[in-house]
Amino acid sequence: MAETAPNPTQRSKPKNVRSRLLLAQLLVILVVLPYLANLIGQPALTSLATRIIILAIAAASLNLIMGYAGLASFGHAAWYGIGAYVVGILYRHSVSGDPLFGLPLGADQLLITLPAAIIVAGLFAAVFGALALRTSGVQFIMITLAFAQMIFFFFVALKAYGGDDGLIIRRRNALPFLDTRDGLTFYWICLTVAVVWYAILSRIVGSRFGRVLEGIRQSERRMAAMGVRTYGYKLVACIISGMGAGLAGALMANHMRFVSPDMMHWTQSGEFMFMVILGGSGTLLGPAFGAAGLIGLESLLAAWTENWQVILGPLLVLAILFTRGGLSGLARMIRGGARG
Amino acid sequence: MALLIEQSLNGIQLGFMLFLLAAGLTLIFGIMGVINLAQGSLFMVGAYAAAVVATQTGSYVLAAIAGLAAAAIIGMAMEYLVIRRLYARDHLDQVLATFGLILFFNQMTVILFGRQPLFVRIPPLLDGSVHIVAGVYYPLYRLVIIGVGLLTALGLYILISRTRIGMLIRAGATNREMVRALGVDIRLLYTIVFGLGAMLAGLAGIMTGPISAVQVGMGEQVLILTFVVIVIGGVGSIRGAFVGALIVGIVDTLLRAFLPTLLRHMMASGSEADALAGGISAMGVYLLMAIVLLVRPKGLLPANG
Repeated sequence: MAETAPNPTQRSKPKNVRSRLLLAQLLVILVVLPYLANLIGQPALTSLATRIIILAIAAASLNLIMGYAGLASFGHAAWYGIGAYVVGILYRHSVSGDPLFGLPLGADQLLITLPAAIIVAGLFAAVFGALALRTSGVQFIMITLAFAQMIFFFFVALKAYGGDDGLIIRRRNALPFLDTRDGLTFYWICLTVAVVWYAILSRIVGSRFGRVLEGIRQSERRMAAMGVRTYGYKLVACIISGMGAGLAGALMANHMRFVSPDMMHWTQSGEFMFMVILGGSGTLLGPAFGAAGLIGLESLLAAWTENWQVILGPLLVLAILFTRGGLSGLARMIRGGARG
Repeated sequence: MALLIEQSLNGIQLGFMLFLLAAGLTLIFGIMGVINLAQGSLFMVGAYAAAVVATQTGSYVLAAIAGLAAAAIIGMAMEYLVIRRLYARDHLDQVLATFGLILFFNQMTVILFGRQPLFVRIPPLLDGSVHIVAGVYYPLYRLVIIGVGLLTALGLYILISRTRIGMLIRAGATNREMVRALGVDIRLLYTIVFGLGAMLAGLAGIMTGPISAVQVGMGEQVLILTFVVIVIGGVGSIRGAFVGALIVGIVDTLLRAFLPTLLRHMMASGSEADALAGGISAMGVYLLMAIVLLVRPKGLLPANG
């Protein structure tokens, strides 16, 4: 990974202007999109866009550790699923009134459930990240996959909360003054959350902390030699990343009004990785484009044939083999900028 | 006591099955530095090919040959078309590309054979039970699996440490540039090693067929367990894979077999105990992996010292 990393000094100024322009364009598109969708008589597009925005939050979170710190986590769906389950379980208790851990917990307010999901996912990420970070490279990939699988099995066995069948959330979590049950309102909520999260990530990446992560990706040994305690930085990055995934999971639980262990299936982790890689890992907006690209492609293929994975699989293989850096790499190739 | 012996043997049998997969993965990783998620797909290919030939022809010898051949041929084709381009890439690219292959293989299997699992009868010759010790009978077929696993482990050991091709494999794992400089066709060697790894996965698939359902996705469940084996045993070490596979096989089987009764004795509510036991036993090997990592981050028997 270190060899293919572009030199950060080379890409600072013009790139900055370009990415701001890109950001502005993207925001305009996202703001107009629901109205456009209604105009062309495809209101389902808004729901699809909501999904993409939520997944983009999770992908961006993964990008923090995978793209910037070079930690390829194959278990990100676990934090995503945990965030979703926090919403599901709190909702369940708010409806039934049963105590949770002996306390009268239970909530159906987004202002409570979102922070709760973020915190719980962060706690889990802290525990498992602390363990997984004892390894690196291939082992890290395998271990994050295995831990996520363990959490998956835990929720499959959790019969009290639906086990295999999952939990149905009859009503979306409420927000004061807003009707979250309205699809368009929920779209705006997700978009706002996403913008805030991307802004936070952008600050993190630009901070000294972010620089250290970038340094760790390029050469962890060199960072250690400079006196940086890399383990602590990586762990904090894992926790932040887990929190973001938990946030996305909580939103998705509200969006689908359904939570099940499937959300933390290992293929979901793989999809997050693809979103990051396809969009261009280690770039701020890359994961958003990756999420849009992958989900868009999936929806298109699924509309065309039920066996869409037969086509998607080889396409993804080709993307990995021939476009270094996914969509951005493809754009570079087309522009003739060659080389990854 | 009889149950304990029986379940331990089941654990050993699962262990050998995992070893076949882990050995293939380790071999491929050790020499080519490639992590191949599609190893689980090759496992599935072996199982399906054998199941189809067994039901069509009724000959289990033909079925075994077909399973091995299918896994090896598809494995080598996979190496030639895709994996070969991944040698110089980082592990992330390898994981993602082989993830794409899994999507393809799984969906292709659905198209060809449907979602309904196939069931294969145990070969009549191997059907029946053997009297092991006083009052304990054990299915012959599972004993044969253990035997085949043991023979394969022995064969691999001899192949790698005693033959010329094994020497090349070891040399290639240590310094591939030097081996190439000495005039060895390293590409061919890689394809052969990949085929060998694919055959090991196929063999595991063929033998699993009659004791569980042959279905789409069977490869991934066992693949993730294989990763646990490799992390526990130590990445890149075949000995580690052997030890890790047996530990994981036995621990997993015993937990599933005995934890429910144990918890039912300790807890008031039977159904809660069952749910808890189900959860813990499904997570057991992963917890084991966490403990091993805490004590020895590089695994029990890491490749280099």
